[in-house]
Amino acid sequence: MIPQRHYEKPLRETPFHPRTAPLNRLQNWGAWAGYMTPSCYGDSAMEHTGIRNTATLYDISPMIKYRIRGPEAADYLNRLTLRDAARLPVGAVHYTAWTDDAGQVMDDGTLFRLGADDFRLCCQERHLPWLLDSAWGFDVTIGDETDRIAGLALQGPVSATVLAAAGFDVSALKPFRLATFPLSAGEVTISRTGFTGDLGYELWTTPEDALVLWDHLMAHGAPLGLVPTGTDAVMLARTEAGFLTTNLDFIPAQQALREDRTRSPLELGLGWMIAWDKGPFTGRRALMAEREGKTSRWALVGLDIPGNVSAEGSILYHGKRREAGFVTAACWSPTLKRNIAIAHVAAKYADCRDLWVEIYALRELQYHKLMLPVTKTERPFFAPDRRRATPPGRF
Amino acid sequence: MPGRFSDIIVIGAGPNGLACATRLAQKGRRVTLLEAEAAPGGGARALPDLAPGYRSPALAHLIWQFDPRAEAAMDLSRHGLEWAAQGIPTTVLSPDGPLTIRGGLAEGPDAGAWATLYQRMLCFAGALEPFRRMTPPRLAKDNSWGQLAKNLLKLRALGTHDFRELLRVLLINAHDVAQDELTDPRLRAALCFDATLGAWAGPRSPNTLILWLDRLAGQIGGQRASLGMPKGGMPALAAAMARAAEAAGVTLRQGARVARIVTDGERVSGVTLADGGELRADLVISAIGPKSTLLDLVGPRALDAGLVTRLRHQKSRGGAAKLHLALSAAPDFGTDLHARMILAGDEHEVESAFNPVKYGEVPERPVMEILLPSAFDPGHAPEGGHVLSATVQFAPHDPKIGRDEARAAMLEASLARLEAAAPGIRRMIVRADLLMPYDIERQFGMAGGNWHHGELTVEQMLFLRPIPQLSRYATPIRGLWLTGAGTHPGGMSGAAGWNTAGAVLEARQ
Repeated sequence: MIPQRHYEKPLRETPFHPRTAPLNRLQNWGAWAGYMTPSCYGDSAMEHTGIRNTATLYDISPMIKYRIRGPEAADYLNRLTLRDAARLPVGAVHYTAWTDDAGQVMDDGTLFRLGADDFRLCCQERHLPWLLDSAWGFDVTIGDETDRIAGLALQGPVSATVLAAAGFDVSALKPFRLATFPLSAGEVTISRTGFTGDLGYELWTTPEDALVLWDHLMAHGAPLGLVPTGTDAVMLARTEAGFLTTNLDFIPAQQALREDRTRSPLELGLGWMIAWDKGPFTGRRALMAEREGKTSRWALVGLDIPGNVSAEGSILYHGKRREAGFVTAACWSPTLKRNIAIAHVAAKYADCRDLWVEIYALRELQYHKLMLPVTKTERPFFAPDRRRATPPGRF
Repeated sequence: MPGRFSDIIVIGAGPNGLACATRLAQKGRRVTLLEAEAAPGGGARALPDLAPGYRSPALAHLIWQFDPRAEAAMDLSRHGLEWAAQGIPTTVLSPDGPLTIRGGLAEGPDAGAWATLYQRMLCFAGALEPFRRMTPPRLAKDNSWGQLAKNLLKLRALGTHDFRELLRVLLINAHDVAQDELTDPRLRAALCFDATLGAWAGPRSPNTLILWLDRLAGQIGGQRASLGMPKGGMPALAAAMARAAEAAGVTLRQGARVARIVTDGERVSGVTLADGGELRADLVISAIGPKSTLLDLVGPRALDAGLVTRLRHQKSRGGAAKLHLALSAAPDFGTDLHARMILAGDEHEVESAFNPVKYGEVPERPVMEILLPSAFDPGHAPEGGHVLSATVQFAPHDPKIGRDEARAAMLEASLARLEAAAPGIRRMIVRADLLMPYDIERQFGMAGGNWHHGELTVEQMLFLRPIPQLSRYATPIRGLWLTGAGTHPGGMSGAAGWNTAGAVLEARQ
């Protein structure tokens, strides 16, 4: 009998593990889709400072990646997702989402068009059964290539400078576009995408070339201030950018146990991405009915809160009394020097007037209850011009 | 009121399509009924060219039930329907000698037990019957609460004892009831055979007794649980229904095979025919089966992925083969041929015939329901000759060996069984023809070769038929409706067609 010892190592190591492990001074690991990745290498505040001031490397290999190929790949993705995949140019990326029949969001993610008939869909949760079921009647092949693609997010104002120093000329690369460069014996695909709301790139290569890529970037980037960052700092940055995280800001419909936990794209502020005129797609009928009947139950809003105590997990009240919603992500933003939050509010309170947040502030082992007025504000909270500038600024 | 009196297209001129089209036409709608074949009838149509001078019904050879509302409204006797026989008895062929059953009257030592059991089941079936005449209830909103409450009260009105007994047997298997209530293996065989006729289930499979109750719930001409054969066979019934439909104003187009239901994903706008013709309508009702309609004619692109998956996974396995023999003389089964004969010695034979089918194999000793339409109605065969029509169970819908090999093995097993029951019959065969479930699927468009366009089982009944999202005859595509055996209550009684027409009329008011 072959000894079964998998339980001794319940989490898999990413292709970058040989580099990230020695750097992880606190051995502070988090589980991400069955892999272990650093939550914090040593000081999250410094790592976040790197994201906003220099450049950072973040291991995104565990991100779920599906490859969708075939003559009807674009038709298939148009049936599956909310945006119009047919209008996505080759070499471009867009942020999209998809729903079940009831128009409830199953996940969001980024769709890469690698060729006319060749796409990659990156997301947080696993969806292979749903993707395969949706493929019935379409001439496409679908494969999970999560463990065949190593990914690194290079984010921060200095990231373009780091790439230039490493010999990758991305000066002409616009946001949401991608380009491929030789690397060692293979190649690296660089997309101008990210999860920080800052200037940044994501680099994709094979597991075999992963360490070559890391070493190459570090060798040229470290003198420019390139540091590795863990998930804690990235989550702080994404909150500043106002990005949603599956299972933190919404429960995927296919995982929700309680009927009222699911959300439609309209309820998550994603209505802008629905290509109503592209033809039928899964959930369209339900979403049309929701739009026409104005039956949205929730609205996702960005909030400004006085003071400096994070409102994470807080409940919102209308007129200080009636429960009106709850906060899913919040932080005191070091970049903005503002106390911000992403919240779900019941549709009738979507204007956020007379809305209050009840915060339990922990002060030396003792909670103090705060009832603070909130102000609705635009998302993203932080959107510097440098994230869009082409050619990117050199810092 | 734009659109209210626009054309309605009904696809499929089987009994349900005919009933549905007739009701709509009688309510003043302009209805075009499209039939792919050269003759109406669907499962009731005639088998082409068995042999010169021999005519046989293709699938259905007897009628168990005709929806009384459709029967009354179509007034088929005025349109040429005559009965060759009604109240046809059942004879179980057994090595112990034949045993004849006429409703609750049976021969042999168990006559009393049979009468008691039969009356009780008939009573239960009668209490359940009203559910057949309504759009299935929903667990959510928009119910016809009045009708539902009335039906439930009727069930409760059975009284505490009987109501409890109904709940006990409602989901039981046929085999257990046969063993509990009867000792004569021939009566047990009859019960077990009839409970699994047309099902992909053996008598020991769960929830099989309810299929017998469903069969007993039917009626023809006011006679409950009665078997009838129209003069000219089932195709003559279809022809009479077609005439009634035309008399009501339905335009029947035969040889008009629908290739595509045209939709923009939101609304239906008409159909495209296989010959390239196009017909426009903002109301299309399809009686050809939920799977064929939505997966093939509409196509997955216009539908949500979850619905498509659920419908694809809906069970639709045919377990019955259809045997036709042109015979040069009368076979000798040792009994009167003016009967429906069941060739199954006991309940175990029925179960044993199902066992191999579970694994895609052909049974060595199939059981069967035999009818000689020529015994009732001489026009079916040349002078002196006979035509034998038999439903042979069970047959694999997806055999492990090749389809041709499986068909040959099934034919040989059936003929061997028949030869043992009627020695000399093989020498009388002028021509033999066997339709396996996959042949039935190909020739009749029934998914998996299942009679009901989707198995009629408890988990696919009532508000679960064909699948929960489609259980009220409407589809997600506005203007496109489903009817036929694949929808509640199943079968070819016309009830589904009548119910659908009612739901359509209600929705348009």
